[in-house]
Amino acid sequence: MRLIAENLGGERGGEPVFSGIGFALEAGQALVVTGPNGSGKSTLLRVVAGLLPKMQGRLLLEGGGDEFPSIASACHYLGHQNAMKTALSVAENLRFWRAFQGEGRLDVEEALETVGLGGIGHLPFGYLSTGQRRRAAIAKLLVSHRPLWLLDEPTAGLDKASEGRFAGLMRGYCAEGGMIVAATHLPLGLEGAELRMGETG
Amino acid sequence: MLSLFSRDIRLNIRAGGGALTGVIFFLAVIATIPFGVGPDLKLLARIGPAILWIGALLACLLGLDRLFQADREDGSLDLLVLGHDRHMLALTVLVKCVAHWAGSVLPLVVAAPLLGLFMNMEPLAIGATALTLLVGTPAITFIGAVGAAVAVALPRGGLLISVLVLPLTIPVLIFGVSASYGATANPDPFLQPFLILAALTMFLGVLGPTAAALALRHGTD
Repeated sequence: MRLIAENLGGERGGEPVFSGIGFALEAGQALVVTGPNGSGKSTLLRVVAGLLPKMQGRLLLEGGGDEFPSIASACHYLGHQNAMKTALSVAENLRFWRAFQGEGRLDVEEALETVGLGGIGHLPFGYLSTGQRRRAAIAKLLVSHRPLWLLDEPTAGLDKASEGRFAGLMRGYCAEGGMIVAATHLPLGLEGAELRMGETG
Repeated sequence: MLSLFSRDIRLNIRAGGGALTGVIFFLAVIATIPFGVGPDLKLLARIGPAILWIGALLACLLGLDRLFQADREDGSLDLLVLGHDRHMLALTVLVKCVAHWAGSVLPLVVAAPLLGLFMNMEPLAIGATALTLLVGTPAITFIGAVGAAVAVALPRGGLLISVLVLPLTIPVLIFGVSASYGATANPDPFLQPFLILAALTMFLGVLGPTAAALALRHGTD
């Protein structure tokens, strides 16, 4: 599976934010998108996911087959928000996304164990701290399978130990053939190509 | 899809949901009418079905702004939109509408017979009004979904949605009320307006979610 972007340009509210971005990602590779605030990292991720229309250029997912006909269907998008309901328990939230997005290798309990939240699945999501919420959102990536992760500041609010655990998770995911595009300004502990924005564009 | 339905129902029932708000608003409207109109029992019985319908219509519009906005604020809407290839977005919207209807509007239909007593309505008129509400209110939710999808990015879009949606719901109101009257007033027909009401619901059940899905796909930012 390959994700290819050529001469990609994006805009926000009619203003071009970046242009001429290109990369190619093979299965098992990661791309770390860095750059100062406002350089268009989040916009790039949303354009790749298909949530924003692209201004110019080409986006292509090769080898997705019937199961993943488009980038939108092949990706997990983890944005600034966690996409979890505060009134529901952590486990209920994850069970819903697992049922809605398709089942993955891990079930809800195992995924929570993996991110270090074992035993608190019964708590309402609203009771969790910022870092715990982020970890629950990361568990959401694990309960259904997607060959591509689009991560927008995935480690925002995480402590050192969780950051390390998440880096291990991402390395394991890449080793199994997953692709990651992560926008960040913190070191993620992830080996991969780096795309600097705000300088080239 | 079933999981989406049960999630939305649960959210509706738990804290922050709008299940009771609509019923209380409905109760407030209907309970004040007899004080305003005066103790003329015949008059109350005559205007009863119309008042129940208007009250239910306004109560239906009350919680609509949260239909997609709550999902947008916590980022769920992005994922629902991205799931388009797996679950067609129009279908997702339809399920959300049905869940919204079952959680917030169905209680209105259940409360309507009780409130009909406030209006001194006959049992037959109460039954007919409740039945037309049961069949007609889904149409209001489907129209409202379009308004909610268009105004999803506006922080206080509640009033705007009501203003956008209200003119479109007038046909539903007209046929709902005329079917309710048809059940009691002898020369008026019941079946014809009732069937048109059912047809409106089915037609809007297709058109509303499709249009709302289109608005949501192009409204992400």
